[in-house]
Amino acid sequence: MSPLTELTAVEIRRRVAARELSCQEVVRAHLDRVQAVEPRLDAFLLGLADRALGRARALDTALASGEPAPALAGVPVAVKDVLDMEGVPTTCGSRILEGYRPPFTATAVARLEAAGAIVIGKTNMDEFAMGSSTENSAFKTTKNPWDPGRVPGGSSGGSAAAVAARMVPLALGSDTGGSIRQPAALCGVVGLKPTYGRVSRYGLVAFASSLDQVGPLARTVEDAAVVSSVLCGHDPLDSTSAAAPVPDFTAALRGEVAGIRIGVPGDFLREGVEAETLARVRGALAVLEESGVRLVDVSMPHWRHAIATYYLVATAEASSNLARYDGVRYGRRAEESRELRRMYGESRDHGFGAEVKRRIILGTFVLSSGYYDAYYLCAQKVRTLIRRDFERALETCDAVATPTSPTPAFRIGEKTADPLQMYLADVFTVPANLAGIPAISLPCGLSGGLPVGLQLLGRPFDEATLLRLGAAFQRSTRHHELAPPL
Amino acid sequence: MARVTVETVDHVAALARLSLTDDERRLFARQLDEILAYAESIRALDTADVPPMAHALTAGAFREDVPREGLARDRVLDGAPDAAAGLFRVPRVIGA
Repeated sequence: MSPLTELTAVEIRRRVAARELSCQEVVRAHLDRVQAVEPRLDAFLLGLADRALGRARALDTALASGEPAPALAGVPVAVKDVLDMEGVPTTCGSRILEGYRPPFTATAVARLEAAGAIVIGKTNMDEFAMGSSTENSAFKTTKNPWDPGRVPGGSSGGSAAAVAARMVPLALGSDTGGSIRQPAALCGVVGLKPTYGRVSRYGLVAFASSLDQVGPLARTVEDAAVVSSVLCGHDPLDSTSAAAPVPDFTAALRGEVAGIRIGVPGDFLREGVEAETLARVRGALAVLEESGVRLVDVSMPHWRHAIATYYLVATAEASSNLARYDGVRYGRRAEESRELRRMYGESRDHGFGAEVKRRIILGTFVLSSGYYDAYYLCAQKVRTLIRRDFERALETCDAVATPTSPTPAFRIGEKTADPLQMYLADVFTVPANLAGIPAISLPCGLSGGLPVGLQLLGRPFDEATLLRLGAAFQRSTRHHELAPPL
Repeated sequence: MARVTVETVDHVAALARLSLTDDERRLFARQLDEILAYAESIRALDTADVPPMAHALTAGAFREDVPREGLARDRVLDGAPDAAAGLFRVPRVIGA
């Protein structure tokens, strides 16, 4: 029998529901796996073993007394440390939140726990989710399970590494410009950024509020679909939460893909994509074509402007959102300051890392008097053009395909000295956030022994088509079964 | 295009209530100049008749204004670096 840590969430829940496995056995197996591989990977910022075992025991008791097994009964999950859990420290990868224990729980976490999932720890991330490698974490850099000399991607790099390394079958991430999909691609797992508004942002520490979205990382599309059905839905605690009905995503997996049209922005793909990565993506599209998917050409004329647009919009929003870290209400205060304004400045200078300061400065600059129209307003207009490109393209096709990342995982330290080079790693992922549409990354093979991700982008609120295509792809291929050599 | 100098960084850092070190001031001036030079491409686009997009969702933000319990004050103050008499306490503001 394969070890419990190889099981999917769906299989764990099935065996727990059938009383073949106890939740405690499942949780212990995953905690043992964490002990074995975490010292080499640094995926977690906080372990919650006692809490997890307590919850597992309680759930076992409930199931033994005949209560029905919920959708994720006994499934161990990891939560990116950007999501609040009542009484449990949230750091967001930053020293400025030192000592902070939120008095509330994020809706996404509450929904997982209500469905029987068991949180075993909180995962490492770039500080305030700003980064593409986890190197901006104030605490440690997570290593890629496929090659510990390389980054896992970011900012949800801890969650992606934890899923890839079989420490959990499922994890939560957040995606403002690719922070779920890019690490999923670089670690060889599935990552879904739902439509803006699909998943409540209540209890998610804000980075760029018009772009942020919570979503899952998993090893199979089926698991991603099951957890999406749990996560999605209206929440009165988030004013941008959408009232759109949530379909049964697992039912969508069984549908036919024949006749679905995938648009390929061919011109754009010729630029700056590593040759092996492009070959894997083209190979994946050929597999889907054999299942009856039709490939069509689409033109995305403004995609090349997405990085510039994103880094103006996102930093502007971040500079405003991060004004709240002032050393007054929570987190860290520079104690030596004897005067209020100095206290603000010193608390923020000591508490924030370099990338966060850089983005606050850039965002404050583009919003400042004299530059607002030239940069921020201009970026908002180009954001409209990018959204229109998608609206037009998605009239002639049902999804758009690209690589998730232009290259496989880069080396730790390779891009830290040059922020612009780091930003360019997000070229394929930021457009979905700007347009507010859903996108998924699927493992589609290896380049030089490192995972490559296929990205599929869809119409607003049509995650079902992406999941259906993903499930068909995983029925035809075995890329998602590849495990890193740990 | 706008060129970012150390003086620009100082001005913006003051607006953002960030006290930067000399090394940070020089580094950020150079890096932000590079980033804005890269962003220059979007300013060449014809956007005269394009409406700005602030948000992906345009509906659904309103609800009935119904009174309900908020967080208890002591639970909020629990997280404060300094609190007294049911209030956040900060360093002296006037006459410092």
